Amino acid sequence: MLILDCPYCGVRCDETELTPGGEAHLTRHGPGSDDADFERYLFQRRNPRGVHLERWRHAYGCGKWFHAARHTVTMQVFGTYPAQTTEPPADIVERIRASDPDWTFGDDT
Amino acid sequence: MRRYSAFAIAREALRHHTGWERAWKSAAPKSRYDVVIVGAGGHGLATAYWLGRNHGITNVAVIEKGWLGGGNTGRNTTIIRSNYLQDPSAALYEKSRSLYETMSQDLNYNVMFSPRGVLMLAQTEHEKRGYLRTAHANALQGITTRFIGPAEVKKICPIMNIDGPRYPVLGGLWQERAGTARHDAVAWGYARACSDMGMDIVEQCEVTGVTRDGARVTGLSTTRGDIACDKLGIVVAGHSGRLAEMAGFRLPVESVPLQALVSEPIKPCMDIVVMANTVHGYMSQSDKGEMVIGGGTDGYNAYTQRGSFQHIEETVRALVETFPMISRLKMLRQWGGIVDMTGDRSPILSRTPVENCFINCGWGTGGFKATPGSGWAFAELMATGASPLTAAFGMERFREGRFIDESVAAGVAH
Ligand SMILES: Cc1cc2nc3c(=O)[nH]c(=O)nc-3n(C[C@H](O)[C@H](O)[C@H](O)COP(=O)(O)OP(=O)(O)OC[C@H]3O[C@@H](n4cnc5c(N)ncnc54)[C@H](O)[C@@H]3O)c2cc1C
Ligand SMILES: [Zn+2]
Repeated sequence: MLILDCPYCGVRCDETELTPGGEAHLTRHGPGSDDADFERYLFQRRNPRGVHLERWRHAYGCGKWFHAARHTVTMQVFGTYPAQTTEPPADIVERIRASDPDWTFGDDT
Repeated sequence: MRRYSAFAIAREALRHHTGWERAWKSAAPKSRYDVVIVGAGGHGLATAYWLGRNHGITNVAVIEKGWLGGGNTGRNTTIIRSNYLQDPSAALYEKSRSLYETMSQDLNYNVMFSPRGVLMLAQTEHEKRGYLRTAHANALQGITTRFIGPAEVKKICPIMNIDGPRYPVLGGLWQERAGTARHDAVAWGYARACSDMGMDIVEQCEVTGVTRDGARVTGLSTTRGDIACDKLGIVVAGHSGRLAEMAGFRLPVESVPLQALVSEPIKPCMDIVVMANTVHGYMSQSDKGEMVIGGGTDGYNAYTQRGSFQHIEETVRALVETFPMISRLKMLRQWGGIVDMTGDRSPILSRTPVENCFINCGWGTGGFKATPGSGWAFAELMATGASPLTAAFGMERFREGRFIDESVAAGVAH
């Protein structure tokens, strides 16, 4: 069972308390964007076998959206952070690099 | 290849079974092939088989990182049906179902196709309306299905509790010629036939890179050396995103675990397959007597081949309500596979942005039933550049908004 800490209310939740929301830090394209941008935003996914940044909602708790950094093979959780950001915070990046030194963050990679 | 037959069994019995030969040759990779297929699951092997049978292309290798059939092909609950809603799906899945009818004879390999009937329960008014619509669509597509009422459901499957309390059975979509087959045998039978045509099936060989000359694919790097090819077919289910990344494009696919479990064997009590999609559970009884049970996928990406325990609880809880007699059963085994989910829950059989590189993926939770037809159609696409069965399944449909939306038709799509 996956366990994540909600960065808002501080509750340690198991996954039944949470709703998964898919890949984080997608570039959102709006009206006027071309088909390729919409395809990328709506459907194309990194789907990494490794470090994954993703969205979660504390559905049966404070109700807020947050982000988590997790490894999709080992299930190691590197940390959670508030959703009002365009990139993962430095301490989480450091923890990710400790396990995967080559990892880099690119907002659309 | 020595044919299997009743006579062969008698002959071998008389000489202490010394004359059986390996079903397929274990091959080391050559430096070049006309066509290389990545992934020796059912779909990859079926593709190779039909490339040879229908198109005369036999300079083919199927490259597998683990053992043959060890991916989702050997992990699924073997439900075969073709009662889909949308016309392109119905055409492809019915082609496949009909190929299952003769597969054992075609391959000279007993795949134990058992058209015992599949019943999809309607347990809400909404679901009932949905299945009535599917039954009408199937009638127009020439696929024999029927919506049946609760009394007939009880007659076909007496162990079911149809009165609720939470989700009473309001009827069901019944496909009489749907059923199950032995998953390993499908992979083994195709492998044997491919090997017999002179194809190489290379196990324990992981593809680690795709080489290109500009926009055109030229070959692969693997853990057992480089391999050149004219055409490349990527058929790796949950690992499609990885291979696409190696080739240099991105897919509308996410990989999530899906689990199944089996009970201790019990006496025959259920001779059909039942799917209950509202409550997320389905069940059939294997020839050994085990109740074979499956449910929904995890909600988040993972490559763990394990899955989250909450889904086992959810599935079993739902089934116990509809099948009270299973409440005391002990479960023997549980396992997971990594399924490749697309945005519209339909597969991708497609050219790719890389020339001569084709992809067959996105079968998600329900591709075992499609194994022979998928191979048939994908082989045609790879050999000739187009197939009427794959035309609607191109990956460009996500850009163009031409979805083949089956997720409405069945929440769980096995
Ligand atoms: C628990 C469960 C229950 C299911 N139940 C049903 C059901 O009842 N009915 C149904 O129709 N479908 C069902 N499915 C779905 C079905 O199993 C799949 O859609 C289908 O088997 C996919 O076949 P495949 O050949 O495409 O993939 P796979 O059998 O997964 O084959 C892909 C192969 O590619 C190999 N590979 C991956 N990466 C590499 C690499 N880098 N180099 C070389 N090889 C590589 C893998 O090792 C694997 O053997 C279920 C799936 C699961 C997990
Ligand atoms: Zn919270």
